[in-house]
Amino acid sequence: MSIKKTSLYGGATAAALALTLTACGGGSNGGGAAGGAYDKNATVNIGSLYEPQNLDNTAGGGQGVTEALNGNVYEGLFKLTDDGKVENLLAQDYKVSGDGLTYTFTLRDGVKFHSGKKLTSQDVKYSLEKVIAKDSQSARKSNLEVIKSVETPDARTVKVQLSKKSISFVYNLSYVWIINSDAKSLKTSEDGTGPYRLNKWTRGSALGLDRFAGYWGDAARNKQVVFHYYKDATALNNALLTNAVDVVTSEQSPDALDQFKSNQNYKVNDGNSTTKLLLAFNDKAKPFTDVKVRQAVSSAIDDKKLLESVWGGYGKLIGSMVPPTDPWYEDLTKVNAYDTARAKKLLAEAGYENGFTFTLDTPNYDPHPTAATFIKSQLAKVGITVEINTITPDEWYTKVYKNHDFTATLQEHVNDRDLVWYGNPDFYWGYDNKQVTKWVEEAEQASGTAEQTDLLKKVNRRTAEDAASDWLYLYPQIVVASSKVSGYPVNGLNSQFFAYDIEKG
Amino acid sequence: MARYLLRRLAFLLVSLALASVVLFVLLRMLPGDPANALTSVGASPEQIAAARHSIGSDKPLPEQFVHWIGQLAGGDLGTSFVSSLPVAPEVGSRLNVTIPLTLTAFVLAVLIAVPVGFVAAHRRRTWYGALLSGVSQLGIAVPVFWLGMILIAVFALNAGWLPAGGFPPDGWSQPAEAVRSLALPVITIALVMSASLIRYVRSATLDVLDSDYLRTARALGSSFGRAMWRHGLRNASVPVISILGIELASTLLGAVVVESVYALPGLGSLLATGIAQHDYPVIQGVLFVSTLAVLVIGFAADFVQRIIDPRLRGRLSGGVR
Repeated sequence: MSIKKTSLYGGATAAALALTLTACGGGSNGGGAAGGAYDKNATVNIGSLYEPQNLDNTAGGGQGVTEALNGNVYEGLFKLTDDGKVENLLAQDYKVSGDGLTYTFTLRDGVKFHSGKKLTSQDVKYSLEKVIAKDSQSARKSNLEVIKSVETPDARTVKVQLSKKSISFVYNLSYVWIINSDAKSLKTSEDGTGPYRLNKWTRGSALGLDRFAGYWGDAARNKQVVFHYYKDATALNNALLTNAVDVVTSEQSPDALDQFKSNQNYKVNDGNSTTKLLLAFNDKAKPFTDVKVRQAVSSAIDDKKLLESVWGGYGKLIGSMVPPTDPWYEDLTKVNAYDTARAKKLLAEAGYENGFTFTLDTPNYDPHPTAATFIKSQLAKVGITVEINTITPDEWYTKVYKNHDFTATLQEHVNDRDLVWYGNPDFYWGYDNKQVTKWVEEAEQASGTAEQTDLLKKVNRRTAEDAASDWLYLYPQIVVASSKVSGYPVNGLNSQFFAYDIEKG
Repeated sequence: MARYLLRRLAFLLVSLALASVVLFVLLRMLPGDPANALTSVGASPEQIAAARHSIGSDKPLPEQFVHWIGQLAGGDLGTSFVSSLPVAPEVGSRLNVTIPLTLTAFVLAVLIAVPVGFVAAHRRRTWYGALLSGVSQLGIAVPVFWLGMILIAVFALNAGWLPAGGFPPDGWSQPAEAVRSLALPVITIALVMSASLIRYVRSATLDVLDSDYLRTARALGSSFGRAMWRHGLRNASVPVISILGIELASTLLGAVVVESVYALPGLGSLLATGIAQHDYPVIQGVLFVSTLAVLVIGFAADFVQRIIDPRLRGRLSGGVR
């Protein structure tokens, strides 16, 4: 299992960063040509490579279930918008006690589940407790374990006691689906409060959502959305070219972009992703225990050239684990920037004048093999020999992630706010810096977002200077759509894809 | 005849039972843990143990096997670890794509291959006979995914006559759409399959054309057509039918490439997904059904051969000479 499919992410603040959407043409919060008349009863066909494995996000549903159901079928107390802000959703408002340990939420009135039952505080309690239950498979479990107790003084009030301060609590709640406490078989059916209800899931092919007539908020701007699933990027692009789908949630084949860019029937949106490609060193394995060696390797690789060869003009260079949509972003590309002379000097200082040989565990799917070959040729120039060991995602999970049995590896990390993993010395890459661990802990206990941001900026700079890993580049997030549709999300943070604002002309 | 059928049935059951054991054991020998597909990165050992428990993969292997066989006997293929959906209806819905796809392609391939192969043999010394042989040679060399991509480029992307891929989510309740979706995949498989069939038909026909009995029949005053009809076709068809059986079975299993090129939810793609996720019940279900299909096809080919060629009857029914 690759990290891409799951949810590595860190605890962090609820407060937000208003970022500028690049290349986003109009629409209040989405891409595409806005304005003009649209068909209220349209069916929007969405093409995706990520089919849900099942429909339950606390039981291994994968990123596909988030894409299709989060915000569309299920809603949380809060919502993470496409530009990274946290907004109230089912929570009308909330209060925090002075010591930061008691959160009191007031629920929105008149919310109904798709089954017809009215939302009460009992459902919220049930949903929260399901995520932190002993047998829960939720990726958010560890972040929400600070919850000590959930009380329901009345039908519209939920009172949550935390065991310690957690400034990311509200942000973390944006991932928790509020489900009907009476609902059964959530892996194959649903009972949420969102603007759509599940019509039909034909596994291997499509998942259809219909507008829910009893929705508490603004009705969806289309009658029906159908997610069509493809295993192959070419098949997906062909579907777009033949109008079988109106929008592709995430374009993975840069070679295919030209045919859409040069055609005015399509719009190519270049959004901000949170997916980083990492050359992760095992900081506990020689020679990467030596910070100079890590710095040397980072300096010896021309990230810009790699990005160019893999993604053409798309994507961004990053000098650390932090993408521009995280509140503590800082441009650190100059730290350990490409400089072979410096790399050679550092290697000599570390006692490796004649270089060394190491094995690079490389997942067998794109873009890792390409990146591995590129790294091999770059490092050869400073005398380092790379032996590429190609492994399956499953082997990666067991060998690298669980057993820490590796020297260096390649992996993509998809989530926002996941810098904080560097505070965990037991994480697979073995980065262990007491100061960083302390800053990460303090950041989570911070009383305000400014303080949190400050501390995490320190973590950011320190890990970058330490070359804890080599952050090769930030993936582009490319949504390609027919010019007949507008209002779709362009950044797709954490694989979300809100469909309710999509207008089809 | 009854004795033959009984023997074949017994053979089929024994094969199935053996196959199910091999299948079950081999799957468990593969590296990897189905619990990985169910838990997220960062899962604690307790979470992984809970996942194993929820799908029953923490039980001893013999117990799991007996459970599976017990379900099978009742016609139940179990429940997917990953999706929690029952496997049998899922396999059924995939067969709704794969069976029409393969059978139509098969019939089409036979319709192309038999006359073309015959002409290529009978007129082997003419330019068009040579051309037909040459084209069929070329056809064998063409990879199926490449042919699929060419057909998509021409008939879907450029001409826009047919969809480039996909299958209607409502399946056969939209028959016209379903047929349109399958048109290009059927043509792709049929072209590739007919290319190799043409060569078998051609060589079987050549054997017959050069045979003594055909020459004798002609010497006794029979016309070529009549001699071919009475003696030649029957003899030529026996080896071809066994090849047909093999081709049909391998296409049924090998449709995964075509299904992937055309994004069809068929049996092959279900198997591929199942393998990627270590979803044992799905893999077992698909392979069990495929094994059954291959055995049945083999039986059918054998049976048809016996009907055509009386000489085979004695041999296969167990020593009655």
